[in-house]
Amino acid sequence: MTVLVDGNTKILCQGFTGEAGMFHSKNSLAYGTKLVAGVTPGKGGQTLEGVPVYDTVREAKQHSGATVSMIYVPAAFTADAICEAVDAEMDLVVVITEGIPVADMAFVKDFMKGTKSRLIGPNCPGIITPVTDKSGCKIGIMPAYIHRPGKVGIVSRSGTLTYEAVFQVTNNGMGQSTCIGIGGDPIKGLDFIDCLKLFQDDKDTEGIIMIGEIGGTAEEEACEFLKQYVKKPVVGFIAGATAPPGKRMGHAGAIISGGKGTAKDKKAAMQRAGVHVCDTPSILGATMKKVLGK
Amino acid sequence: MNIHEYQAKQLLAKFGVPVSKGIACKTADEAGKAYTDLGVPLGVVKAQIHAGGRGKAGGVKLVRSADEAHKVAANLLGKALVTHQTGPEGRVVKTIYVEAGSDIEREMYLAIVMDRGAQAPVIIAAKEGGVDIEELAEHRPEAIARHRVHPVKGVQAFQLRALCKHLGLHGEQAKAGGKLIAALVQAFMALDCSLAEINPLIVTTQGEVKALDAKMSFDDNALFRHKDVLELRDVNEEDPKEVEAKKFDLNYIALTGNIACLVNGAGLAMATMDVIQLKGGMPANFLDVGGGANKTQVTNAFKILLSDANVKGILVNIFGGIMKCDTIAEGVIAAAKEVKLTIPLVVRLEGTNVDLGRKLLQESGLNIQAASSLDDAAEKIVKAIKA
Repeated sequence: MTVLVDGNTKILCQGFTGEAGMFHSKNSLAYGTKLVAGVTPGKGGQTLEGVPVYDTVREAKQHSGATVSMIYVPAAFTADAICEAVDAEMDLVVVITEGIPVADMAFVKDFMKGTKSRLIGPNCPGIITPVTDKSGCKIGIMPAYIHRPGKVGIVSRSGTLTYEAVFQVTNNGMGQSTCIGIGGDPIKGLDFIDCLKLFQDDKDTEGIIMIGEIGGTAEEEACEFLKQYVKKPVVGFIAGATAPPGKRMGHAGAIISGGKGTAKDKKAAMQRAGVHVCDTPSILGATMKKVLGK
Repeated sequence: MNIHEYQAKQLLAKFGVPVSKGIACKTADEAGKAYTDLGVPLGVVKAQIHAGGRGKAGGVKLVRSADEAHKVAANLLGKALVTHQTGPEGRVVKTIYVEAGSDIEREMYLAIVMDRGAQAPVIIAAKEGGVDIEELAEHRPEAIARHRVHPVKGVQAFQLRALCKHLGLHGEQAKAGGKLIAALVQAFMALDCSLAEINPLIVTTQGEVKALDAKMSFDDNALFRHKDVLELRDVNEEDPKEVEAKKFDLNYIALTGNIACLVNGAGLAMATMDVIQLKGGMPANFLDVGGGANKTQVTNAFKILLSDANVKGILVNIFGGIMKCDTIAEGVIAAAKEVKLTIPLVVRLEGTNVDLGRKLLQESGLNIQAASSLDDAAEKIVKAIKA
């Protein structure tokens, strides 16, 4: 067992024939991912890289049996693409696209209420479950070669920092159960709490790395949840300890956060929840190794 | 993106938010004429900069004649106005708004903000206006009413009733207030705002409810569908290096240190700044080159970094996912050659096409220090600039 996706998961790609969609789809295929269908409106009937292309998600799902959609559609059309995937009852929708208007995501979250789909992203690296040293289920833009199958679950708001953590875990002789990039947008799908619960419930995950950053209060809320629910060791890092307060949203925005959202607050919340907090991301792997006694 | 008060008022007026008559002016002569054209006994001359606290800083003055309007405008135009939000250097006033004065009976606070917790716009209202709303939120949170706006359907009638009651508006004033709040919500949603703030919202002695000040910020991601809003952008209000960076889709924020960083991904860029400080250095900037940067972007990123006279060394930290390492390497090499780089450069590459990227750097003949990890990179650059 792993989290959300495994070596048998069949996926389809929306925005398959676009430049980003094609580049990363090829990488997913090369990693042995069961990418069984592409969707680009108006381009149905073609076959590219051995993958059949369909006009709609519903058709693609029907013919291929895919349960997960990976989305590379341009930002202006992403909300529509997500809704199409949700309407086709995909189990999981992974949105890589960045730059989606916040109001569009507010609409998407409202559209999703009462449906069975789960959303990862947007503006995220995606999700990956390594199966062997060279293959697995890669749904997103992460460089595959740094991953190894193993027992560490990783959840992060930042794409490139996730790669840091993964690479160190691998270099320290461990591997990953599943890595989830939840994305840096203010309105998004799965959050820390959802992922921590999945990792706690997964018998193949022994330790969890959690990487947060300044802004919002998701990390603080996750730490409250950690105390109640998570028994596995957690290693953490918060980016932005030295970021200046500039680029504020203005008065009304600051009310909402109520002075919360600093790296200091988040690290303190992590410490209170028993998380092994790292001051530099360079020691995430070594810390996990020590914690797991490997 | 932010806009000026007079622009916000013009936009809001189109949606039915009551505002006073006013004329935007670029010169003192225009300001004098504007007072005459308004034809009111009491005028207000307001400096237009993208910062709050203008009143206290002397940027808002009452005038009772065209001469006075001329004089006040002449004193403000072309000078830096320093408020608690501008920093010590202040902002140079280039536009003056001359507005009909209002007889204020009382002031209130009204704003809408896109809230990550609510995953929707949230209306914030307080009976006290012209106040520091952050302070009010901290000391008397009960003074602030909050209502979540449905992201598709918008504000509901019961919410308008509750908000008006909270604001102390009754009878005809409540009707006018409800209309105003509904119009503000409509503008907020139609224009993809991240913030729309009316502080203060006033009741006049004649019983009118109207916006005395207005501030609007827009979701940068949504500007592609609001060409008219994009035209209101005033680049004079932004850091020139940040403006230049935006042209190339780079996310740059100027800081005060001397180690320039070029990083992909916001989280890694922040972490790079953190580690530079941890190792005893000071970052000169935050620069996220984003997901799909090309050679031109990287070259231009380098030029922007080097336009900062404080910069003594450069740290490039790339962990490629979308970003291909050979693209970064090509950009770094092209830029270093073009600008005839003389300061230390430390490069740490990892990710897609990393071997090709490293090979390109090695064969470039440039004086580049390679680093094996973020800590190693930070240590090397801190040491290099001290040497």
